[in-house]
Amino acid sequence: MPDLRELYQEVILEHNKAPRNYREMETANHTAEGYNPLCGDHFTVYLDLEDDSIRDISFQGSGCAISKASASLMTQSVRGKTRAEAEILFNQFHKLVTGQPANGSRADLGKLAVFSGVSEFPVRVKCATLAWHALHAAMRGKQETVSTE
Amino acid sequence: MTTAAKRLPEESRSADLRDACAGLDVEKVRRDFPILRQRVRGRALVYLDNAATSQKPQVVIDAMRRYYERDNANIHRGVHFLSEHATEEFEGARRKMQSFLNTADASEIIFVRGATEAINLVAQTYGRTNVHAGDEVLITAMEHHSNIVPWQILCEEKGARLRVAPISDSGELLLEDFENLLGPRTKIVAVTHVSNALGTINPVLRIIETAHRRNIPVLVDGAQAVPHLKMDVQALDCDFYVFSGHKVYGPTGIGVLYGKSALLDAMPPYQGGGDMISSVTFEKTIYNKLPYKFEAGTPHVAGAIGLGAAIEYVNGLGMDNIAAHEHELLAYATDTVSAISGIRLIGTAREKAGVLSFLLDSIHPHDIGTILDQDGIAIRTGHHCAQPVMQRFGIAATARASFALYNTREEVDALVDGIEKVREVFA
Repeated sequence: MPDLRELYQEVILEHNKAPRNYREMETANHTAEGYNPLCGDHFTVYLDLEDDSIRDISFQGSGCAISKASASLMTQSVRGKTRAEAEILFNQFHKLVTGQPANGSRADLGKLAVFSGVSEFPVRVKCATLAWHALHAAMRGKQETVSTE
Repeated sequence: MTTAAKRLPEESRSADLRDACAGLDVEKVRRDFPILRQRVRGRALVYLDNAATSQKPQVVIDAMRRYYERDNANIHRGVHFLSEHATEEFEGARRKMQSFLNTADASEIIFVRGATEAINLVAQTYGRTNVHAGDEVLITAMEHHSNIVPWQILCEEKGARLRVAPISDSGELLLEDFENLLGPRTKIVAVTHVSNALGTINPVLRIIETAHRRNIPVLVDGAQAVPHLKMDVQALDCDFYVFSGHKVYGPTGIGVLYGKSALLDAMPPYQGGGDMISSVTFEKTIYNKLPYKFEAGTPHVAGAIGLGAAIEYVNGLGMDNIAAHEHELLAYATDTVSAISGIRLIGTAREKAGVLSFLLDSIHPHDIGTILDQDGIAIRTGHHCAQPVMQRFGIAATARASFALYNTREEVDALVDGIEKVREVFA
């Protein structure tokens, strides 16, 4: 039986309570929305992209603990990274939460490793990946709202 | 909850509570439902998602199995033994629906896929014939999407206007506002009997009387009502009543549209095809009489037979006994759950059936659902296909426990323990 504490790790609960980079960004040059209407999870991801790097990133919205903590930790993990680096991280993160074997080391995931428990809860994968899909859309300059439902 | 819909709610409640003593042997009833015997995630299943769909008693499963093993044939056309027998069973199921709803005639029972299809049928036939540009359709702010979207589609096509009667903070229809919204352009009222998200029982008798004084027909969505309340469409005098079989212990894919025969007769058909005609040439088709005019194609014969068995089962237990048991259980759940620190109930109407929607601190309902599920407790989380209700209360979602005749106080206790566990995880 999957363990709840594996899913709701302290880091996740803490980021849910006090999400980082939780603000609207007026200087954002890219934004995208992630919305899962069935759950009601709804976030906007703001990006300040300079050349190819993420100079600043923030988010705002509401959702479950998994989706909110994931958005919060994502903003910390990708700040300062290039678009390509962020996409690689998304790919690794996706493999982690869906329980697929990693290509190479998971060490690159850093704090994001706290989401490993999600793979035992398949219906929650959509929560963990919502902000990442929004980031992906924002980086590609897509305006439409993305969904993982 | 009412034997005659005209009985006052307070009277009926005390009468039902008296009956309850003779009432329902829940432990015995639970043995009728094979699915309840299983363990989920190592724990006894606590199924509290009955407003989404109810579980099926053995008699329903057996009836459908027997049909496929012994009686399967197409109906209304074969001359052979099996076809005759299948037709008898199917029409027998229709007569069970007639007595369940107390309709004047069995031909007023149209078998459909469910409440959703029934509402779409009325919107696309009665609605398209009678609603024109500038007309109005009146619904309430507590409708399920299935009693909103079909009317929106109609109004968009016709240039008509969808009006919405507001509800109070406790989740009760504001009757004065409702009455003020009834006007000369109102062509139909569509209202839920019991709200799936809030549990509110609407005063449909009064709603219907009020609308009828202005000669406006009323469709009542009974999807959440028929599992909990005794029904009498003639006492209500509603023009259309719809429900889904799977919420009243029957199979999925079968439901009922009741309509007054004068209205059904005047309506154009919904779908064309076999069974709904009496003669076809390339020049002209003569439609069949009621109810077949609205039953194009081979229907869900096994489903109708299964639903017939479900209704017989419910009748055998006694709707008053069921209502009394569920009423007592909901009162117990309301008391014990609302005593938990940080709980906010959504939907606190004076008259409720079957549903307890709640929020816990700022914890997202989805997290509540996942944690309860680890203890084998099944609830629904989300917007319950009633997004406007969520908007009315300024929330994205709720956690919803919903009750059926087989639920027990012990299961409510398990829910309360589960919610306490959620608080611990998020402490």
